[in-house]
Amino acid sequence: MQVGYRSIARLAVVQFPGSNCDMDCVWAINSLLGLKAKLVWHKETKLSDFDGVVLPGGFSYGDYLRPGAIARFSPIMDAVRDFAEEGKPVLGICNGFQILCEAGLLPGALVRNRSLRFVCDRVWLKVENKKTIFTSRFGEVDVIRLPIAHGDGCYYADEATLGQLEKEGRVVFRYVNRDGVADVASNPNGSCNNIAGILNEKGNVLGLMPHPERAVFENLGLTYGRLIFNSIVDYFLSDEYRWS
Amino acid sequence: MELGLEREQKEPKVTPEVVTRHGLTLEEYELICKILGREPNFTELGVFSVMWSEHCSYKNSKAELRKFPTGGKHVLVRAGDENAGVVDVGNGWAVAFKVESHNHPSAVEPFQGAATGVGGIIRDIFTMGARPVFLLNSLRFGPIEGDSEVARNNRRLFAGVVAGISHYGNCIGLPTIGGEVYFDESYNGNPLVNVFCLGILRHEQIAKGAAKGEGNPVFYVGSETGRDGLAGAAFASRELTEESKQDRPAVQVGDPFREKLLMEACLELLASGCVAGIQDMGAAGLTCSTCETASRGNSGVEIELALVPQREVGMTPYEILLSESQERMLVIVHKGQEEKVKQIFEKWDLPYAQIGKVTSDGFMRVLQNGRTVVEIPARALAEDAPVYYREAAKLRPPEPLGIEEIPEVEPHDALLALLSDPSIASKQWVWRQYDHEIRIGSLLLPGSDAAVFLDRESNIVLAASSDCNSTYCRLDPRAGARIAVAESFRNLACTGAVPIGVTDNLNFGNPYKPENFAQLREAIEGIAEVCEFFGVPVTGGNVSLYNESPSGPIDPTPTICSVGRIESEFHIMPAYFSDPGDAIYLLGNILDRKCPSHGFGGSHYLKRLFGQKRGTPPRLDLEAERRLYLLLEELASIRCLNSAHDCSEGGLAVALAEAWLLMPEEVRCGVHISLPDIAPPHILLFNEGQTRVIVSVPKDKEKYVLFKAEEIGVPALKLGHLLPEDDHLSISIGSRIWKWKRQELQSAYFDTIPNLMER
Repeated sequence: MQVGYRSIARLAVVQFPGSNCDMDCVWAINSLLGLKAKLVWHKETKLSDFDGVVLPGGFSYGDYLRPGAIARFSPIMDAVRDFAEEGKPVLGICNGFQILCEAGLLPGALVRNRSLRFVCDRVWLKVENKKTIFTSRFGEVDVIRLPIAHGDGCYYADEATLGQLEKEGRVVFRYVNRDGVADVASNPNGSCNNIAGILNEKGNVLGLMPHPERAVFENLGLTYGRLIFNSIVDYFLSDEYRWS
Repeated sequence: MELGLEREQKEPKVTPEVVTRHGLTLEEYELICKILGREPNFTELGVFSVMWSEHCSYKNSKAELRKFPTGGKHVLVRAGDENAGVVDVGNGWAVAFKVESHNHPSAVEPFQGAATGVGGIIRDIFTMGARPVFLLNSLRFGPIEGDSEVARNNRRLFAGVVAGISHYGNCIGLPTIGGEVYFDESYNGNPLVNVFCLGILRHEQIAKGAAKGEGNPVFYVGSETGRDGLAGAAFASRELTEESKQDRPAVQVGDPFREKLLMEACLELLASGCVAGIQDMGAAGLTCSTCETASRGNSGVEIELALVPQREVGMTPYEILLSESQERMLVIVHKGQEEKVKQIFEKWDLPYAQIGKVTSDGFMRVLQNGRTVVEIPARALAEDAPVYYREAAKLRPPEPLGIEEIPEVEPHDALLALLSDPSIASKQWVWRQYDHEIRIGSLLLPGSDAAVFLDRESNIVLAASSDCNSTYCRLDPRAGARIAVAESFRNLACTGAVPIGVTDNLNFGNPYKPENFAQLREAIEGIAEVCEFFGVPVTGGNVSLYNESPSGPIDPTPTICSVGRIESEFHIMPAYFSDPGDAIYLLGNILDRKCPSHGFGGSHYLKRLFGQKRGTPPRLDLEAERRLYLLLEELASIRCLNSAHDCSEGGLAVALAEAWLLMPEEVRCGVHISLPDIAPPHILLFNEGQTRVIVSVPKDKEKYVLFKAEEIGVPALKLGHLLPEDDHLSISIGSRIWKWKRQELQSAYFDTIPNLMER
């Protein structure tokens, strides 16, 4: 890997038919130092030019069957699987999280919000694990606020899987109130254990329902999303990555 | 002309009954015969009936609509010339925007009716070559309070419409960032669903809906044609009756995913330079798009129906031509570019077909398996619909109200009652269902005076507001329409924007009734007067007549959507107070002494507390209004104000409570104001006098604000202060004082709609 010799790490933002946060991701990521995002059409089969992959939000294939259920068969997904296998960073946001679950790259599933309604709001989240390649920059920051916008964001997994996720510190983000307490009122969609984002076993694939790309520009009032992308930059600059 | 014998046997004969059933008068039928030089066949009759419906031809409103100012140096495409008007916003960028109604479909099937309304307006915008960037909507329903069957049905319609808009807008990926929702008896059985879309484009990208260049191929792209929405335009041009439910097939089903692909493909196509003309198939579908493109291009179009992608088998030419299946476009391509075009359609997995070509004989000619089934001069069909000058009744002027006629209610209770009126209460329940943050440009969240959006591609900041107080319009349509425009501009001014254009949606009753027509005319003249005064063009819009249910016509509702430009994002002002150290001022008069009804005519105070709709609407002084905008613009540009919120329904007290309740949690504090003891408290607090804005001013800027207000000639009155370490709203008048706890106002304002809808 040559990141150490290039000042910029390249992120692929995969564009599925029906992706609609693709440009938001590109704008947000390209506003940050150290990263360069580029759209990649879902019919492509190679990701060899990239250092990381983002699966953006949206309604791939209209979400008509189940969110992500068809997108996982897109030609690009084989490359995403290989990419994840090689240990490179893969970030799935909203519909991207749903696709990762459908593709088996993350455990569990995202089902209809308990309210049966789409919900767009800003929610409080607790950063439960700061030792991941996506959260290393959070430092002293425990409780953050990010926008959500989804109709199918209720995270579900069986007891055994939930137990394992919790035990291994793979629940990265959890819906909480502003004091950091995970209660029923702060759970916007009915997710098991108030789960908002999880990591795969290897620690290189993160899926989350909240939208970090909507919290990068200062004029939108929230900038916690930067910490996630900047953590990725740090990872690319780390010895661990450069000598891997 | 040789017509297919076989088809003639299957199709009904054209008889006077058939003509009437198509909503055409016998005079119109004679005109058709004159245009054709013969009698039309059944299919042709159907084609004329949809093209000459009010929805497509504006035959009853055209003469009145000509009164709007439509020009100006910033107008790049005028109202009526294309699908939407286009206005310059500087640096080579322009905006295309329009509002359109989907009232009748939503009354019959709220979810799909509203969803396809969103789809239709988005197509109008990207047809112009613009990338759609945000949506607004203006909704009206009957009252939703109570357990009556009517109220339950209104709640069902309300929930269905909001879910439909949310479904379509969220999926296609456009933020819905503002709008309005009102509840009133006159909308029982006839809700209004007006949707607005704005798009951004470079000047050189403006696309035309014209069929130019003889021999250029005509492509059909998008969803297959089915029997859905048959003759929906004609359906929209009738009153709703008990039997309207049988019109369910006239409501289409929307597919936002298809539309997303269609939008991306069309924008890519337009950027490729292959396109000679483009037109969406909305109302009247294939019929409208072929004859309008031919008419605009001064040419003809010939299409073969057998080539049209179809969802069902055995469709007749009548059905194919009149279908309003959604998510379809007609694209006229430069000859020789066919392969490039096909590649783009294939990339986006869209069904497409080359269905015909541009001709030079001026005819819209439709073939089925090589046999001519329709042959009509395109221009006559698209442009020569009869124009009617309807009879207007003389409207009874409303009676003024004396101060003694305005009953007194204890202000404490009155404010709670007003804040919990569903028309005033927070609409958070609604906009939480809309993705309002996508495209990462919503600089103010919904609930502010105007929506404010930064387009990340052009770096241009825009504001948009939709407004109409239909109670004012019922009492005096001209005065109500004038106020609607002024309020809309005032809302823009409150965010720091300067208006650049207006699009209007005129929702009225059956124009054949002289009283309804008089209302339409009065409202149009009122809108025209204010737009003319401020030099803001009307760049297009929509007319929705026949908004009547068995219980009568709706209150006239000329919805005004205005768009403004904000020079710098640092000029933006929110509606809510934001700094606990600030002073509170009222810009404008506390009581309009010259107003014949003292600001209580058509007020929410009378409507909510006494069930009355009476009096003369508030007086509107355009010169004073202009001075207020000037002052706000000036103060915003040097950042002298921390917030600005317009006083509208419910008057000063409601505006104050809103600005206080919407404060961000981190800075919450109390507020105290005192008013001069010049009139009874309820008169001071709840009059709806126009041209008034509540602003919060940092301590060190107070002197300058007063100086500027005096210089420009706007009355400015210090009302009081925000109080750190307090959590009350308190108002004193003379020696009396009223206090409200945050909790009681908050639950009246924020919980009303969720409590009604989530039980």
